Amino acid sequence: MKESGMSLIVKRITRITVSLIFMFGVYILLHGHLTPGGGFAGGVIIALSFIHLVLAFGKETAFKRLDQVGASIAESFGGLMFLGIALLGVFAGKEFFLNVLPKGTPFDLFSSGIIILCNIAIFIKVGAGLFAIFVALAIMRIPVDDPGREDGR
Amino acid sequence: MVVFFVVIPLLAAFLIPLVSKMREGSARVLAVLSGSLLLLLSIAGIFMIKNGSIVYSLGGWRPPFGICMVLDGLSVLFLLVINLIGFIALLYSWDYIKRYSSQGLYYTLFCLMLAGLNGVAVSGDLFNLYVFLEITSIASYALVAFGTQAEELEAAFKYMVLGSVASAFILLAIGILFGSVSTLNMADIARSLAGSESRKLILFCLGLFTMGFSLKAGLVPFHTWLPDAHPAAPAPVSAMLSGVVIKVIGIYALIRLVFNIFIFTPAISQIFIWMGIISMSVGVLLAIGQWDFKRLLAYHSISQIGYVIFGIGLGTPLGIIGGLFHLFNHSVFKSLLFLNAGSLEYATGTRKLQEINGSGRAMPFTSVSSLVASLSIAGVPPLCGFWSKLIIIIAAFQAGNIIGGITCILVGMVTLASFLKVQKYAFSKQAGDIVSKIKEVPLTMAAAMSVLALFCVLIGLFFVPFLDQLIRPATNVLLEGANYVNLILGG
Repeated sequence: MKESGMSLIVKRITRITVSLIFMFGVYILLHGHLTPGGGFAGGVIIALSFIHLVLAFGKETAFKRLDQVGASIAESFGGLMFLGIALLGVFAGKEFFLNVLPKGTPFDLFSSGIIILCNIAIFIKVGAGLFAIFVALAIMRIPVDDPGREDGR
Repeated sequence: MVVFFVVIPLLAAFLIPLVSKMREGSARVLAVLSGSLLLLLSIAGIFMIKNGSIVYSLGGWRPPFGICMVLDGLSVLFLLVINLIGFIALLYSWDYIKRYSSQGLYYTLFCLMLAGLNGVAVSGDLFNLYVFLEITSIASYALVAFGTQAEELEAAFKYMVLGSVASAFILLAIGILFGSVSTLNMADIARSLAGSESRKLILFCLGLFTMGFSLKAGLVPFHTWLPDAHPAAPAPVSAMLSGVVIKVIGIYALIRLVFNIFIFTPAISQIFIWMGIISMSVGVLLAIGQWDFKRLLAYHSISQIGYVIFGIGLGTPLGIIGGLFHLFNHSVFKSLLFLNAGSLEYATGTRKLQEINGSGRAMPFTSVSSLVASLSIAGVPPLCGFWSKLIIIIAAFQAGNIIGGITCILVGMVTLASFLKVQKYAFSKQAGDIVSKIKEVPLTMAAAMSVLALFCVLIGLFFVPFLDQLIRPATNVLLEGANYVNLILGG
């Protein structure tokens, strides 16, 4: 297989840092209701870890983990999950976005009802969305002559 | 129930990318299904507010602490406009959009645009209104560029830059207001401003809002993006942009703020009246020389939006009734005209009136519905456009605004001339030899156009019950501006 991406040093370091960045993103996500951060910040950090992979290893290696179709599906799934959580209140016969789950003890990791679930949904959506935007900006090209129509006009 | 106006299109928008990966055709089924549900829901909305307006608190947090959604007469009118035209445009897209690749993307963006528009119409929170406005705007930038040809990308870029400028002004004004009154609930802002002494701050915010929303509405002198963006989009999207988007994120947001949050003063009235008069005249004068069918229609949109803002700006009950009635009528006949232009382009492959050259004769549905729409926009009795223009003109003379009244009449005549030109070149002229090669558009497109043409005639014939059921409740919301606070905060 032809070597792609940057030099060996960058690849070696990236292999170590990517997992750390990934874990930091998950930490920010899971403590969203306790400390600054949350789904959006965590999602951005996760997307950065994937972008890091693309930069260091070239797109082929990175796309084995998450390609554009996967990112698109994950993004839609994140949106649906958020909407579904919000609809739980309606299914319970009350208001949209009602916090239906038990709230737990404040400042515990598993507390605050639906907020942590909302954060997870935002995390999936933002992470996949930002990665998809990066892919669209960096890799996709629209040929100037292709009108994008099937009838070729 | 109110929240479903936003939930249904969002659900469709997120489901479509998933299902269209499995089956290409399922995207349009889902989109049309959500469109029809929304239409039924908006018709139900007319009856839901019979016993008074509905305030829905998200998450059970009462306003002013939480975000609320409000369904009152004005919202119901706009929801009906959005979802009626949205459903018709989706129906029209069924066959029309087959020419483009990636249908799933189209329907996703369309449903997102519907979600944003419905959100603007029901939102009772200023920042939520801004968020929904941005959802609408971003979806429409992408939809304008959907053909991805050079002309479309350029138009979308221009639209995006100017739209972002407008959004920035609106956001700045919201920020200043929030800094001054420390709340984002629209009713609570209105209550705080009513007792506030800082006139300069209110005027400054009002100026920023007027500029931002006028840019979104395409009023002269903020109109330059409109004649590029509206023709470049696919026909059903043009119909949505001209028929609905400029009205909801431009006119609706502006009048909701001016009448229900700020106070409608004579100075604002003068600004609206003069913007209306200038938009009317400039739009129609630029339209008359156009040979591109869709571009001509886009200039007429500027002119007709001028009528709407002029009528509302008069501030009298009759003027507001006329303005809102014209807004509804314009959304019906202008969408129909854009769909007609789309059908002609679908059949003949060109939008140039000289090149169409009478070939519209081979298309009975298109030619008849376009005749109805042209006569409607030109204000020929008994079609719907006549009554609304008549009400605006009477209101102008009653309010003593002679210049405005005369401008309305003159602009109406120039509009008629302009559409006679369209009819002559597109339909009634002696057809060239390409006429044998073209045929009528597919069934769903013809059905969509016929329904709108029927609406033009029916609203024209039964305009009195229509005014009573739909326009008058909306007018009352604007006239009783301060009541909005009592409704939401419970007086």
